[in-house]
Amino acid sequence: MNGTLTLVRLALRRDRVLLPVWIVVIAGLVTVSASAIAELYPHAGQRIALGVTIGATPALQALTGPVFDAASVGGLTAWRATTMASALAALMSILVVTRHTRAEEETGRAELLGSCVVGRQAVPAAAVAVAVTANAVITLLITVGLAGQGLPAAGALAFGAAVGGTGWVFTGVALAAAQLTTHARTASALACATLGLAFLLRALGDAAKAEALAWSSPLGWAQRVRAFAGERWWVIALFAVTALALVAAAALLARRRDLGAGLLPPRPGRPDARASLAGPVALAWRLQRGGLLGWAVGFAIAGTLFGALAHSLGDLVADNPHMAALLARMGGTDALTDAFLTAELSVLALVAGGYAVQATLRLRGEESALRAESVLATAVTRRRWSLSHLALALGGSALIMSVGGLSAGLAHGLRIGRPAGQAARMLGAALLQVPATWTLAGIAMLLFGLLPRLTALAWAALVAFALLAQLGELLQLDDAVMNLSPFSHVPQTLGRPVDAGPLLGLLLVTAALLAAGIVAFQRRDLQQE
Amino acid sequence: MANSPAVLITGLTKHFGKVHALDGLDLTVRTGEVHGFLGPNGAGKTTTLRILLGLLRADAGHTELLGGHPWRDAVELHRRLAYVPGDVVLWPTLSGGEAIDLLGRLRGGLDRQRKAALLDRFGLDPAKKGRAYSKGNRQKVALIAALASEVDLLLLDEPTSGLDPLMEATFREVIAEERTRGRTVLLSSHSLAEVEALCDQVTIIRDGRTVETGTLAGLRHLTRTTISADLDHVPHLLNELAGVHALTVSGSHVSFQIDGEHLQTALRLLTDAGVRQLTCRPATLEELFLRHYQAVA
Repeated sequence: MNGTLTLVRLALRRDRVLLPVWIVVIAGLVTVSASAIAELYPHAGQRIALGVTIGATPALQALTGPVFDAASVGGLTAWRATTMASALAALMSILVVTRHTRAEEETGRAELLGSCVVGRQAVPAAAVAVAVTANAVITLLITVGLAGQGLPAAGALAFGAAVGGTGWVFTGVALAAAQLTTHARTASALACATLGLAFLLRALGDAAKAEALAWSSPLGWAQRVRAFAGERWWVIALFAVTALALVAAAALLARRRDLGAGLLPPRPGRPDARASLAGPVALAWRLQRGGLLGWAVGFAIAGTLFGALAHSLGDLVADNPHMAALLARMGGTDALTDAFLTAELSVLALVAGGYAVQATLRLRGEESALRAESVLATAVTRRRWSLSHLALALGGSALIMSVGGLSAGLAHGLRIGRPAGQAARMLGAALLQVPATWTLAGIAMLLFGLLPRLTALAWAALVAFALLAQLGELLQLDDAVMNLSPFSHVPQTLGRPVDAGPLLGLLLVTAALLAAGIVAFQRRDLQQE
Repeated sequence: MANSPAVLITGLTKHFGKVHALDGLDLTVRTGEVHGFLGPNGAGKTTTLRILLGLLRADAGHTELLGGHPWRDAVELHRRLAYVPGDVVLWPTLSGGEAIDLLGRLRGGLDRQRKAALLDRFGLDPAKKGRAYSKGNRQKVALIAALASEVDLLLLDEPTSGLDPLMEATFREVIAEERTRGRTVLLSSHSLAEVEALCDQVTIIRDGRTVETGTLAGLRHLTRTTISADLDHVPHLLNELAGVHALTVSGSHVSFQIDGEHLQTALRLLTDAGVRQLTCRPATLEELFLRHYQAVA
């Protein structure tokens, strides 16, 4: 453990901008949600009415979880912001831990450090210390922010600890993932897939009122801390114990491998390239196909689960006579199912936007690793090289949305006896979302061309669009603000005529962003980190 | 075209923010020669090569590569050259053999027989994945990919910095063959023995400027010769002679360094003093180097 403190200082120096931004955004989000709810629903009666609507809308519960106490501002804030803040804290922890462990080993910097007076476990210990501390600061800021608005202090603390606790658990998940693979990208993909699975399990459990399913996910625990609704403090201990167990498991894994190696030994490859590996597109496909396959599998699973669930929701709600009346007013069971499926498709579209950003930013990854230099020193133009990875970004996001839509449609269709019709309908609805995901590729490409050192802003844009989608209605934001997000322009309802205008607009904007990005890249110097 | 130089750079400047990476650099590489490109770390060698490749854009100065413009005509020029970077980074999931084939195809063609022969000579296992290679083996991958391509010009950035002495010897043999095949080579290097063995012409740069350029013989002429002699009597005029440096006298034995243009006068003085024994050593490239490198401080 020798040298851990020095490494912590090094990590804080490297993350001096990124980490505070994460912390402030996550804590700010919770605080803003609370004040918006207090302002928009000042009377307990209004809040209870909102709670009833939520109870009748499985799509909402899938996104944000159950309401435990609709009467209080705190209870509604916990319903609205817990999942969002916890998922973001988990994401932050994954990125911080991977960046300071496996990425360091991959670049060989850990070797340099390892040769100094630095203990064997100092690198992972420092990464964990930074992530755990960042989550503790988030807990503290949320507690202060909510209590400062006059909400009960105990609930505020429970809320903060639920968010920070989720962050701790995923600190452990990321550390364990970093031991398994030799690649930082694979390690963070593995940890993010775990986060995705946790979200999925919780969403299904909450929408279908299957408590056991919801309890299988740390994001479900965060809800079930029941902040402002009879706090269950032992759940916080569950977070801590799980996080410790994961860190211990990672330490055991680490002891069984060498620096830089994974647990799985590398296999030899071909001595010659296949004839097909002959151009930039073939190279981009070769580099990205594994990741794309992972995304497609994830979308197939998510689509199937949501599709299989959709039909049960109507029954579930209709069992409750109070809900049934409300349901009839909202347009009947079909409308409920369609609303649920549409909501799930928009969540998938946001995630697919993440794929589009990641696939586009592969350009930057290749550039800063100096591999772009080798390719661009051959007879390949910068435009052709850019287009090769963009083809993967655009084609890949269309592909995974199709997979998600098709599997949701098939699963839903099989339950109601019309698989082909539902599959076609859901495929169409999923494809309508594609132009919005492409806009994110356009934003990432423009940043790559103009501000290669700030390409992380593309992720910030994605988070901002996700927050607009999640919070825009609650905060009753102006249309002008909502329209900043490409996802606001996607026709949101199944079974209504589609207005092609906004979609064409999105395509035009995307084309302009991509073209500007390519031109800017053609004019600039190649830059390392 | 045959008579125009492969590389012609005059007054090249490149700034990164406030850092002047290149500050009026000149470099001429004639077609068919092996040109040594020397300079201390951070002198601007890699920056120069990156500008020649159109990866960086020059701020000012004239740059001509194979008769074309490195930035404007990049793709046409890249069909006729191959580059070995100083830091070879491979794709972790591609094998070395795949990377060689891929880079060759992206350049427009690869001589398969030559690839096989080079793999054999450099003793490289092409089936290993990129992440499994050592620095030296990564360099071999890039070298084989470059040498097996049918190109006119090789741009090599410290290509032997990770190779073991045996492989350095192989590298020298291969480059000597390339020269007889008429290829032009621009070789940035820190290995003086390598430059002495391979290069027809040498350019030394420092702080982004050219400080010496010419043939090795020509450069030596400008430098000092070290003389040590045993004499019948020590001429007292010796320490007053122009161009004498680091004179030491012990009994009848003298040793000193002498500037090239005063060599003849000094030798005449020594013969007049009765030479019993004489050794005369030309400046090594190392001395040449140190003279320029140390002047940085």
